[in-house]
Amino acid sequence: MKRLFAVMLIILLAGSMVFAGGKKESGTIKIAVAGPHSGDLASYGLPTVKAAEIMVEKINAEGGLLGRQVELVIEDDVCKPEVATNTAAKIVGEGVVAVIGHICSGATKAAMGIYNDSKILAISPSATNPALTQSGDYPNFFRTIASDDAQARIEVDFALDTLGLTKIAVLHDKGDYGKGLAEFAQKFLEADSRAEVVLFEGVTPGAVDYTAVINKIKNSGADGIIFGGYHPEASKIVSQMKKRAMDIPFISDDGVKDNTFIKVAGDYAEGVYASGPMDTTTNPLTIQATKEHQEKYGEDPGAFYLNAYAALQAVFNAIEVAGSTDYDAVTNALRTSYVETTLGKIKFDSKGDAEGVGFSMYQVQNGVYVELK
Amino acid sequence: MDLSYFFELFVGGLTRGSIYALIALGYTMVYGIIKLINFAHGEIYMIGAFTALIIASVLSFTGMNPVLIFLIASVLAIFFSAAYGVTMEKIAYTPLRGSQRLSALISAIGMSMFLQNYVLLAQTSDFLPFPELVPDFKFLKPVEHLISSTSFLILITTAIVMVLLTYLIKFTRTGKAMRATSQDAKMAQLLGINISRIITITFIIGSSTAALGGVLISTHIGQLNFYIGFIAGIKAFVAAVLGGIGSIPGAVLGSFVLGWTESFGTGYISSDYEDVFAFLFLIIILIFRPSGILGRPENKKV
Repeated sequence: MKRLFAVMLIILLAGSMVFAGGKKESGTIKIAVAGPHSGDLASYGLPTVKAAEIMVEKINAEGGLLGRQVELVIEDDVCKPEVATNTAAKIVGEGVVAVIGHICSGATKAAMGIYNDSKILAISPSATNPALTQSGDYPNFFRTIASDDAQARIEVDFALDTLGLTKIAVLHDKGDYGKGLAEFAQKFLEADSRAEVVLFEGVTPGAVDYTAVINKIKNSGADGIIFGGYHPEASKIVSQMKKRAMDIPFISDDGVKDNTFIKVAGDYAEGVYASGPMDTTTNPLTIQATKEHQEKYGEDPGAFYLNAYAALQAVFNAIEVAGSTDYDAVTNALRTSYVETTLGKIKFDSKGDAEGVGFSMYQVQNGVYVELK
Repeated sequence: MDLSYFFELFVGGLTRGSIYALIALGYTMVYGIIKLINFAHGEIYMIGAFTALIIASVLSFTGMNPVLIFLIASVLAIFFSAAYGVTMEKIAYTPLRGSQRLSALISAIGMSMFLQNYVLLAQTSDFLPFPELVPDFKFLKPVEHLISSTSFLILITTAIVMVLLTYLIKFTRTGKAMRATSQDAKMAQLLGINISRIITITFIIGSSTAALGGVLISTHIGQLNFYIGFIAGIKAFVAAVLGGIGSIPGAVLGSFVLGWTESFGTGYISSDYEDVFAFLFLIIILIFRPSGILGRPENKKV
């Protein structure tokens, strides 16, 4: 009796395995979309759902992937790490090939271990926490957005490689954005032997003037400045510096790469460097993706729509290239083959960050920001 | 320590202190006369800067000499701000004269918010560039690393304003009347001094110096928005309290001390704590001299 039971159990298990395997090779290809779809952060997650709906509709109309239809599994994590683990468990149970998400860095981190154990790859359109890729803990994680420190990285590389600076003053406006960036810049500079950080200071936003800080920069002997913050402070510092005949490179960020900066600083803005997202407005795929959204939903796309669109393009392409939905083959394809996306031509590096996505350096030349190639 | 660095910080602090002083004068004079902390004073400074910007923008189309534009813009800004100051006094403070001091204080805070939002709505919330009107002084070329043309202008103007004001208060009939009113308003009235007129004059002078400060700082840093008056106003208020509110030399001294504290604090320690130094210094002074550096203890009138 006991033996019969064991045999039956084996048959059942084997049957279920055959069934599962069979489903994997012939049924639909399941792609999950996870992120906040309700609650106060829903506006960050819903555009990704829309991108997925548009893409899946399109590919199914064209005959699907590898001859199989694509099916979406949409799960809400409300941006909360404790909910994201449940969401992830549910998605694993669905037998998906890839996850587009999650959206928030905290939730992504919580879910990623679960996917990794089940060999499911995930591409986030928006999680910018540097550790997600850099820690190496999640070989199944990719993203189509630059990490938080990417701006600091490009600024530091630019200062060292292109401008050849050796003594750098790092300033910030004491805000989350500016200070975070300045701290990354400081870290990168300290890790590099070519330059030293001669000054690391926060300035008070809205202060009457910055003469004292400028004196201090001068006294430190800096041959360049990296500033993390926004344009009102940057324009004050730059114009007061130039009035005092201090002409050293001023490198700043996305918060300064704004036309208001040029308007306010006027002639003093000339020659200022700032990093900003790569210009994709002329990319035909970007224009098309935006148009598709407008046609289907009657409005302009929301946050991270293009990043999500690019993530789906990358996954579909990788599955096509791999010729199967096997985890190793698909991740390998993501890392090796370039794909044209709404963010330009990208592939992923060994850690999962997209090469070709992120920031470029710009310089003010004749009153406009010009991308430096 | 490096002497030239010290000197740079000294000049920087002096420039900043001069701006504070121009604003602090208004605070301290108004307080001296009607015992009111006019919180809307920083807004007058901002309105002065805005008026100058508008006039300068219009005039620059005529192709006039920048120095001439600067002078016209400054003078008109002073008139305009003085008119605002007086109107403010008539609307918000005169009806409350004789009521509790707290009511007038609330009225002043309301006035401050009103003026800020009025400029925000009537103009813009964006930062606007202030045109370059002050030429590069040739004779400053050798010390260019030490002091810019605009800082130099700020120092000189502040010095002139101080001298004029001292003369006005010490040696004219109006000045004498102001001092009398400040000492004992009721007695001054009994002796035939028109208190309302004196208060109006005080507001005119205070608003004028604040407007001048606004114009000067805008040319110095080259930008302004509707919010600049708030922080400058708070700092000038601190300076006035530091020096002893109600005392004119005290306000000037307090402003310079505050300017130097911030400048040296930034230069030798860290600019992260610029405001901390300013307020820490205020607290220390007030512990040892509760009525400020030059302030006299208030004698209770019965």
